Amino acid sequence: MGRRSAPEVNAGSMADIAFLLLIFFLVTTTIETDSGINRKLPPMDEIIDPPIIKERNIFTVVVNKNNQILVEEKLMDLRNIRSEAVAFLDNGGGLADEACDYCQGSRNRSSSDNPDKAIISLKNDRETDYKVYISVQNELVAAYNELRNREFIRLYPSENMDYVQADKKYTDPRTDKKVKEKLKEKLGVIKLMYPMKLSEAEPNKTS
Amino acid sequence: MSKFKKKGSGEIPKISTASLPDIVFMLLFFFMVATVLRDNTLMIKNTLPAADQVQKLDKKDRVIYIYAGKPSARYQDKYGNQPRIQLNDKFATVSDVGAYVLAERASKREELQNVLTTALKVDGETKMGLISDIKQELRKVNALKINYTTRIGDYTQNN
Repeated sequence: MGRRSAPEVNAGSMADIAFLLLIFFLVTTTIETDSGINRKLPPMDEIIDPPIIKERNIFTVVVNKNNQILVEEKLMDLRNIRSEAVAFLDNGGGLADEACDYCQGSRNRSSSDNPDKAIISLKNDRETDYKVYISVQNELVAAYNELRNREFIRLYPSENMDYVQADKKYTDPRTDKKVKEKLKEKLGVIKLMYPMKLSEAEPNKTS
Repeated sequence: MSKFKKKGSGEIPKISTASLPDIVFMLLFFFMVATVLRDNTLMIKNTLPAADQVQKLDKKDRVIYIYAGKPSARYQDKYGNQPRIQLNDKFATVSDVGAYVLAERASKREELQNVLTTALKVDGETKMGLISDIKQELRKVNALKINYTTRIGDYTQNN
């Protein structure tokens, strides 16, 4: 009889709460971005005048139609490709002005002269599976990254990161412009030490 | 009888609905931000191979997408089960790739036209022959920067 009506809840702060939540989700959610292996195709109308490359400076990787991997004409497991490629690139067997003073390889005369001369040639068959091809590509890129990381840490210990991290930082749009410029220079030096020379031959037809 | 008389003032007061629009807007904004916009409905199986030496493909406006893979189950009656190329929402043949890339390039802003990347989103089960054909087409139209889009993961997942 004497019941009092419940007092109305003040809804004025509801909007604030809503905005708070909105901003929280805005900050925490990230939109998924794609990632993958970047490659550059050779231009179509190149002058057909292949430079003479010594056999020892080429590291041939062939993936045949049964998805078997042949490195320098020997059958090889995917697991060993990375270390083989590193050994080849880092060999530094050159003499005099072709010598490589930062290479830590075995300096075998029958392998590559220096990383600048060393070329990895990747050949695949039309029947090769894409995923196998990507795995091989991945391992070859990993070999380059491994060497670049090593040199980056050796030359720029003050950066406190390796080549891959530095590259990621460089491509990150949030990085400061000044930092970017510094990184670009350092990355350039490393890229020059171990240039990525990965040639892809046109696949042969399965007969 | 006065005992059962309705009381005018004893009812529970109405809950204020003034903040409802805020909540709705909040939800709207949340979904706007969190959803990944996919402008192409995939008509193919598209399990990307795994790789871990990857670089991010930032700036969506600088990317042209090419999909390839086996047609998904409901298209198999019509298109067979051989891997095919999908451009936008349509199945295409290798010879369409060049024209598609040129058209896409023309639709981009002028200052971006030289920095475009072509992302190949290809199913892991596809044979390299098709990819080589696509690459040849891309070379013909001078779209040389490509990206093999992958999942992030170890290569041992590719078996």
